[in-house]
Amino acid sequence: MFPSRFRYEAPTSIEEAIALLGANEDAKVLAGGQSLIPMMKLRFANPALLVDINNIPDMGYHRADADGSFRIGALCRHADLEKSTILREHQPLLAAAAPLVADPIVRSRGTFVGSVCHADPQGDWAACMVALGGSIIAQGPNGKRAVEVKDFVSGPFTTVLARDEIAIEGVVPSAQGTRTGGYLKLERRVGDFATAAVAVSLDMSGGVVKNAGIGLVGVGAQTIDASEAAAALIGSSLDDDAVDRAAELAAAASNPRGDHRGSADYKRHIISTFVTRIIANVQRSEMQVA
Amino acid sequence: MTSLFEELQPAAAAEVQTTRVDIKINGEYKAAQIEPRLLLAHLIRNGFRLTGTHTGCDTTNCGACTVLMDGAPVKSCTVFAVQANGHEVTTVEGLATASELHPIQEGFKDEHGLQCGFCTPGMMMSAKALLDENLNPTEDEVRWALSGNLCRCTGYQNIVKAVLWAAAKMRGEAPPTFGAPADDSADEIADDSAEQPEERSDEAAIADDSAGGEG
Repeated sequence: MFPSRFRYEAPTSIEEAIALLGANEDAKVLAGGQSLIPMMKLRFANPALLVDINNIPDMGYHRADADGSFRIGALCRHADLEKSTILREHQPLLAAAAPLVADPIVRSRGTFVGSVCHADPQGDWAACMVALGGSIIAQGPNGKRAVEVKDFVSGPFTTVLARDEIAIEGVVPSAQGTRTGGYLKLERRVGDFATAAVAVSLDMSGGVVKNAGIGLVGVGAQTIDASEAAAALIGSSLDDDAVDRAAELAAAASNPRGDHRGSADYKRHIISTFVTRIIANVQRSEMQVA
Repeated sequence: MTSLFEELQPAAAAEVQTTRVDIKINGEYKAAQIEPRLLLAHLIRNGFRLTGTHTGCDTTNCGACTVLMDGAPVKSCTVFAVQANGHEVTTVEGLATASELHPIQEGFKDEHGLQCGFCTPGMMMSAKALLDENLNPTEDEVRWALSGNLCRCTGYQNIVKAVLWAAAKMRGEAPPTFGAPADDSADEIADDSAEQPEERSDEAAIADDSAGGEG
């Protein structure tokens, strides 16, 4: 099984890559390729030109900046994040999700930013970024712009990236207090599409939730931002009432379809259970620290 | 040299973009003139004639085609060969030397880590990637590292044992005897394969039965 013919360019600078995208009607960026290449083999995607960005230097980074933001370059692989101590230190939600993306072999090649750009409703990272209020930095011929991931993903497998723009970086904003959170995913086996998954991010200060976000995976046509559910947590001390309310609202925000992985009701139940469970895990680990 | 457009008439072939790639594979430098759409798995198997790498599902699921690219495990059916240009690739053929099996291969042999053998090259390369980073993995870590490789025969049990066996051997310890209580590792087994058949006769017999009886 192999894709239809395409032309291949491997530029060594972002500017060159952007120019190639601008000059070609039907071009696609190749980063890790762990979603794009399978789709090309199945001929779901038939780009005329592939612009391989793997030879562009200095894009494999991930780092915590002095202003508290966390930045992930376009060629940072899932495996880099899975092994990262600074990620564990600064971004507990991303650290919890990293080992659950696809399988170990795919993780050594696939990229964080590429996963967000693929905009699969089953994608783990887009949901995490939605929960964290994260953005994608897109660079085009006229410079850079930041787009919040909740606005970046415009539909299934669709983003607002212009034809001649490249997503060069993911940015997670600084925490309002101490950042905590977690990610839970139900999958029948490693590497399968998730039945459902939930990303919860909480910024806590003095036992009170200052900021919260909840992203839902696999329960709608695109990544779902359960903002009302998250709002139910803000200002609370994660008391049972607030958590129950958030779990209920998260389930209500989901829009699952019944399939061979489970009925719609079952998936809604998973969503509310996972919200409750992630928060319980957070509370338990905080008790251990205290 | 290899290409994917051998069936084309010269006029048509002239329209097709081809690229030269230089790849260091199992320590040897090789070059090929290829179409960009050629997958690394196909270059390895059909171009370089290294057929130890298997293509199983062809859909990024099974991991049978796993090779190491610059030391990291990749599914070679999900990397274009052109992307390996200038990189170093290790396939299962790169494990053994002319005279000796790699400890991972020995482990698979000793612990019956395969039945039909189709997934084995991928399993071994994932195991290699794990042991290159962590020579002292727990059973959980082995299972986690192999979770991208599917095996439809063994139920994974013996594969996990094989990797733990190899890890012990590579640490310079006596390979573990499975089935004995876990903490008996202090009971040194002589590192001598002559002693192994007796130790393992029961397990070997069971494995042979099931292979013969149920296929």
